[in-house]
Amino acid sequence: MSVTSLLAISLGAILTNNFIFAQFLGICPFLGVSKKIDTAVGMGAAVTFVMGLASAFAYLVNIVLRALGLEFMQTVAFILVIAGLVQFVEMFLKKFIPTLYTALGVYLPLITTNCAVLGVALLNVQNNYNFIESVVYGITGGLGFLLAIFLFAAVREQLEFAETPKAFEGFPIALITAGLMALAFMGFSGLKVW
Amino acid sequence: MNPKKQLMDGLINQNPVLVQLLGMCSTMAITTSIMNGLGMGVSVMIILTLSNIFISLLRKIIPGEVRIACYIVVIAGFVTCVDLLLQAFVPSIAASLGVFIPLIVVNCIILGRAEAFASKNTVGAAALDGIFQGLGYTIVLVILCFFRELLGSGTLAGIQIMPESYTPALMLVLPVGGFLSLGCLIAVMQWAMAKSAKKKEAK
Repeated sequence: MSVTSLLAISLGAILTNNFIFAQFLGICPFLGVSKKIDTAVGMGAAVTFVMGLASAFAYLVNIVLRALGLEFMQTVAFILVIAGLVQFVEMFLKKFIPTLYTALGVYLPLITTNCAVLGVALLNVQNNYNFIESVVYGITGGLGFLLAIFLFAAVREQLEFAETPKAFEGFPIALITAGLMALAFMGFSGLKVW
Repeated sequence: MNPKKQLMDGLINQNPVLVQLLGMCSTMAITTSIMNGLGMGVSVMIILTLSNIFISLLRKIIPGEVRIACYIVVIAGFVTCVDLLLQAFVPSIAASLGVFIPLIVVNCIILGRAEAFASKNTVGAAALDGIFQGLGYTIVLVILCFFRELLGSGTLAGIQIMPESYTPALMLVLPVGGFLSLGCLIAVMQWAMAKSAKKKEAK
């Protein structure tokens, strides 16, 4: 493992294989909490943090499962780890960084059911990443999510004032916007790291 | 219990994807071919029905504070079963759905129905709800798949439909197409709902 391979993983996770625009992971919070830039950034930061932690813990849990020959319990074990982790992060923030806790509010528990988090844990196993690669993939994947939700929220704030056909009001136009952004992100697909 | 109303809710009035806007990730990610859509839809329907039945049975035992965690464990158990069954009997579908099968655990349709319906209703009603909501989800998937596969690769279920001279609109099977086609489908739904609401008013 070298620095270039880590760089390749990071670049892939943030741009070419963006979790939102290329892999469709974490769409629910992406569409749900992107009406304002502040909350979108808060959500993105929280997701990045949990994705990094979840990648590390899921890697360790997977070693245990492998040792016991219980790989088929992967999904159940991972979701429990993530739920526990989110709960723990919530309690930690409440006690030690209450300002951040109040800023994140209801979004924190919702991260449990964010498919990007479970997705990154499963993808790490699928891609046979080692510990460092897993953590890097988790954090950079989260950063990709942050980038996507930030850009999308910025567009959506302007969209409020735009006139749209009646049938497209609300959700449909948001989806079309996201589609156009996905098209823009496809432009990164030629990007390569040597 | 009102099966007819539940059926209409699942298919149209409370359609999980088009009206409740749940389960977006899998809807857009896997609707590139009819077989994928059917496989995913049926898997979700089975898991949703089983988890609804189970949670409805346990609704008086599960303590309120930890109910979400309990629901997730129940759902994860059923998802694992379905995942293993798919891998054993239809490996090709399992391979093309990939990570989205285990991700059914965090599909908000299932958790949403557990919280909103199964935890408050009797077993029979919960089972029907699972079947009908699952059916509504499957139908939306198949509609999306139909357009994306036909126009995006010129085939249906792998069989060439469009004439040879047709150049597939590749964009539709790419992620972009997922966003655009779902956006248009929801717009059509909103248009139809607004129209029928107007008709009712006129009466």
